[in-house]
Amino acid sequence: MKGAAAYILPALLGVAALALWEFLVRLYDVPVFLLPAPSAIGTALAGNFASLLDSLWVTLQVTWLAFAIALAGGLALAVLFARSRTLEASLFPYAVILQVTPVIAIAPLILIWIGYEHVERAAVVIALIVAFFPILSNATIGLRSVDPDLMDLFRLYGASSWQILWRLQLPGALPYILTGMKISGGLALIGAVVAEFAAGSGAATGLAWRIVEAGNRLEIARMFAALALLSLAGILNFYLLTGLEWLLLHRWHESAAKTRR
Amino acid sequence: MTTLLSLSGIAKRFDNGVEAIARMDLDVAQGEFLSLVGPSGCGKSTALRIAAGLVPATGGTVRWPIGRPGIGFVFQDATLMPWADVLANVRLPLDLRHADRGGAQDRAARAIARVGLSGFEKAYPRELSGGMKMRVSIARAVAAQPRLLLMDEPFAALDELTRQALNDDLLRLAREDAMTVIFVTHSIYESSYLSSRVVVMTPRPGRIAADIRLAPPPLRDQSYRLTQEFADAAGKVSAALRSAMQPGAAERGAA
Repeated sequence: MKGAAAYILPALLGVAALALWEFLVRLYDVPVFLLPAPSAIGTALAGNFASLLDSLWVTLQVTWLAFAIALAGGLALAVLFARSRTLEASLFPYAVILQVTPVIAIAPLILIWIGYEHVERAAVVIALIVAFFPILSNATIGLRSVDPDLMDLFRLYGASSWQILWRLQLPGALPYILTGMKISGGLALIGAVVAEFAAGSGAATGLAWRIVEAGNRLEIARMFAALALLSLAGILNFYLLTGLEWLLLHRWHESAAKTRR
Repeated sequence: MTTLLSLSGIAKRFDNGVEAIARMDLDVAQGEFLSLVGPSGCGKSTALRIAAGLVPATGGTVRWPIGRPGIGFVFQDATLMPWADVLANVRLPLDLRHADRGGAQDRAARAIARVGLSGFEKAYPRELSGGMKMRVSIARAVAAQPRLLLMDEPFAALDELTRQALNDDLLRLAREDAMTVIFVTHSIYESSYLSSRVVVMTPRPGRIAADIRLAPPPLRDQSYRLTQEFADAAGKVSAALRSAMQPGAAERGAA
């Protein structure tokens, strides 16, 4: 598909779907507390814009902070794993357990420990738990996937282990790490939302809480408005990371370069 | 002739029990262009890696009578860092030694020019052909000005014309820098064209089956391939290789 068509076609489809939605809601006079028309959602979004934007900012901060800690911690642990099989063998199963246990089930426990008066802090921890594993496992595989001949070459020239890490393992692991980051970016947002849903009340002010609150009051249009912003946050994160990936890989890695050919 | 490298009683058995090299004695003189020839799996690559210190031998000793020289290594694949451009790849050995930046830059650029790749400094490996990548790999090896160049079937994956051009370039570089070269190949013609000495190995476990001295003209080009001398040299190597492949050759080689 050529450049512009890739954007225009989905945009046209979206507009058509919204128009059909608006038309059907008006035609059948669907009650606003069941399914509001797009125009009503737009009005709700405009009417609550300031408070929704504040909430969006809170959710994004939680997501980004958790993501940053997951990235730093996941990379650091992956570097240690790449150096020591023993350490990896001892710790990796616990990372898996943390990953496979549904986060929604852990969330209440974490909220109790950290306290309902600090829902944001608990949200960061919960988002961190889900965002950590993809970075850890991808980075570990990436750091180990070094071309053995290149490794020999570095050793032949007397490279220090720091030089091997910095000049060989990390650049080689970059495509893997970026894949992990894209997965984690999405999961961090889910974690941030899950935490607020699990809290249900208290001091939460993120977008998820706006959804809960609007739902309790049967303000379905406002629910949709918050939901739209939440999608927007996810899309924003995804494209930020895709852009970063392109920036770092397009000169040399086939995955990013192919689109150019 | 000064001995640069002396392998005595070298043996290698891998952890999985495979015996790659049974017993290998070899003295390499300074300035020699020595080819190690043998069938696949005869341990010639392993011998090269043992000499480079990349793989430990399970028996025997590696000695450097006049001191361990700077070593360049060229692999069968170009083995470039895909994330780095040509200049950064060639500069790698200098960077790893913390050579000063400006000097390293100049020396890398000169090495790139010597393999005929000037103008490609900013290109990335994925943008280069197989032959060009191999040239970068050779430039990287010579940039560090090694006295000993170890090459592990470097041109095996290239087409015949590219291979012949690289043969001539390699001879020129070795002569200009007075490098000693140990060149692993399974090509009879390549070894006959390049070498002043061809060492033939038996199938696994590898032993030395024949040690053939050749006297090619110091300055040779493609026309040498058409001469009777070249045909004779190739005939000798070919005959030695054929007898090394026969059952029982390993025992005779050891005797």
